[in-house]
Amino acid sequence: MSKILVIAEHDGQKLNQATARCVSCARQVPGAEITIAVLAADPAAVASQAAALAGVAKVITVAAPHNAHPLAAVLAPQIVELARDYTHVFGASTAFGKDLMPRVAALLGVPQISDAMSVEGAYKFKRPTYAGNALVTLEAPADRKLVATVRTASFEAAGGGGSAAISAVTVSAAVPSHTRFVSVSAASSDRPDLASAPKVVSGGRALASKENFELIFKLAEVMGAAVGASRAAVDAGYAPNELQVGQTGKIIAPELYVAIGISGAIQHLTGIKDAKTIVAINKDGEAPIFEVADLGLVGDLFQIVPELQKSLAK
Amino acid sequence: MRKILVGVKRVVDYNVRVRVKPDGSGVITDGVKMSVNPFDEIALEEALRIRERGEASEVVAVSIGPDDAQQQLRTALAMGADRAILVKTDQVIEPLTAAQALLAIVRKENADLVIVGKQAIDDDAAQTAPMLAALWDRPQATFCSKVEIKGGTATIVREVDAGLETIEIDLPAVISADLRLNEPRYVKLPDIMKAKKKPLDVIELSSLGISAEPGLKPVLTEPPKPRSKGIMVKDVAELVDALKKKGLV
Ligand SMILES: Cc1cc2nc3c(=O)[nH]c(=O)nc-3n(C[C@H](O)[C@H](O)[C@H](O)COP(=O)(O)OP(=O)(O)OC[C@H]3O[C@@H](n4cnc5c(N)ncnc54)[C@H](O)[C@@H]3O)c2cc1C
Repeated sequence: MSKILVIAEHDGQKLNQATARCVSCARQVPGAEITIAVLAADPAAVASQAAALAGVAKVITVAAPHNAHPLAAVLAPQIVELARDYTHVFGASTAFGKDLMPRVAALLGVPQISDAMSVEGAYKFKRPTYAGNALVTLEAPADRKLVATVRTASFEAAGGGGSAAISAVTVSAAVPSHTRFVSVSAASSDRPDLASAPKVVSGGRALASKENFELIFKLAEVMGAAVGASRAAVDAGYAPNELQVGQTGKIIAPELYVAIGISGAIQHLTGIKDAKTIVAINKDGEAPIFEVADLGLVGDLFQIVPELQKSLAK
Repeated sequence: MRKILVGVKRVVDYNVRVRVKPDGSGVITDGVKMSVNPFDEIALEEALRIRERGEASEVVAVSIGPDDAQQQLRTALAMGADRAILVKTDQVIEPLTAAQALLAIVRKENADLVIVGKQAIDDDAAQTAPMLAALWDRPQATFCSKVEIKGGTATIVREVDAGLETIEIDLPAVISADLRLNEPRYVKLPDIMKAKKKPLDVIELSSLGISAEPGLKPVLTEPPKPRSKGIMVKDVAELVDALKKKGLV
């Protein structure tokens, strides 16, 4: 049997959808019995959301003031203690999971499988390397704990309807005070979340200014879409960092992705290759983005985007 | 005064379109351009700036890899690192092994700060920094876009999914560099000449008592499935029509 501990990602109140995607991956592991661990200052709300996920057998909670903010150095020793009774420990391959899980793996003295994209066996997973240009199937030894992060774009979120038992546990692991949370910029909640939105409109360097980038926001608004950006657009300050899509930004799998004034560098493409439909708008008919686009339109975005917005607003 | 260690990995250059070997045993690296992992260049740049501000006295570049990784270490020396150390191994090593090797060097050198890239663009694992911090039992600050050192602590801005997070850490610590931490300097010809005279020590990984044996067995390497070719539309009306047919707008 595979006893899988999934580490919940949350903001203190809401369980992140990445955890539900992680659960879907865990459910595909042969003989999976899934427990979600919620470490928080007050885990009650998040724990009940976790307990409702389909396929979850148990939710355990660790309530402590030092768990109020997600600091890897504080969480990792507690998770190592919780992991004693499990064969697998999973976290989402988000900024949270990427920061935390390797620390857990190293404390357990085991290697980690990063960005698991498909389950090939209880100890065998496929993962992308080289910005998604080479997929590697890795096999971990079955006699050691397996720590993995899950590539969320590869798995649908687990549904609801579950009713797992919730139990509070205490851990005795000493937590360090050498790492202290100061603040986090509040995510703007009035727009759909880039990581989970079914539609995404992204802008690139071609937007040429922060003011012009408003065109992307306006189009996204009439489409009910989240906004994304290329690295070039973020570097230039047209869009904030959390909107970057790609190898080193967010990896997403929306139903619809609209790339506007983005050339289609491999580092960008790796972030969108699981999108169901890709639309590219670019004035250069030779741009590599057209090689992956399902629908391509060659032309000047400064004409096309307002026209598109008007036509969709009708 | 403070000593900073910087990790420098030799990787396939980011402009190369990587191809998988037909037998599924890995990717083709023969005759392919190799470079310093771009994130490690950013890590090194940050270390150099810290030294130039007088907050550190020495920057040591460390690579774990084959003999040829000396080329990347020479690049690091040309950028401004004071010394370099190659921990030599011909095997492809896992991040956990890299972390163990870096820890051995940290202890040997008595380093106060380690800066590495947030990920290497070959295996894209993003593990080395947290693993090293765990083994060293010190703070980690991953995905950094700003580093400010004051005495024995550092205030760090990190790029996280929600936006920007600020944390405070006590030194010694491990930092991993994100894209927007800085823009690495260009290397000038005289610097390359100077770099040839800077010390570069080579030690065997095995001499540190560390095994290069991977814990994970690569079973198969394969190319991704290509996306099917799409169609071009001629104007906005056609685009909207096509999207409507797919039920997307
Ligand atoms: C280590 C590393 C990591 C990276 N990670 C990422 C990542 O995570 N995400 C990412 O996106 N990039 C990443 N990059 C950068 C990547 O290589 C590209 O540089 C970047 O994606 C380019 O952004 P862009 O397409 O917006 O700009 P450009 O490549 O400059 O493309 C602009 C496009 O706009 C078109 N255009 C110009 N004007 C108009 C107009 N008026 N109307 C219509 N089209 C127009 C042009 O034809 C061109 O195709 C990374 C690079 C490195 C080295």
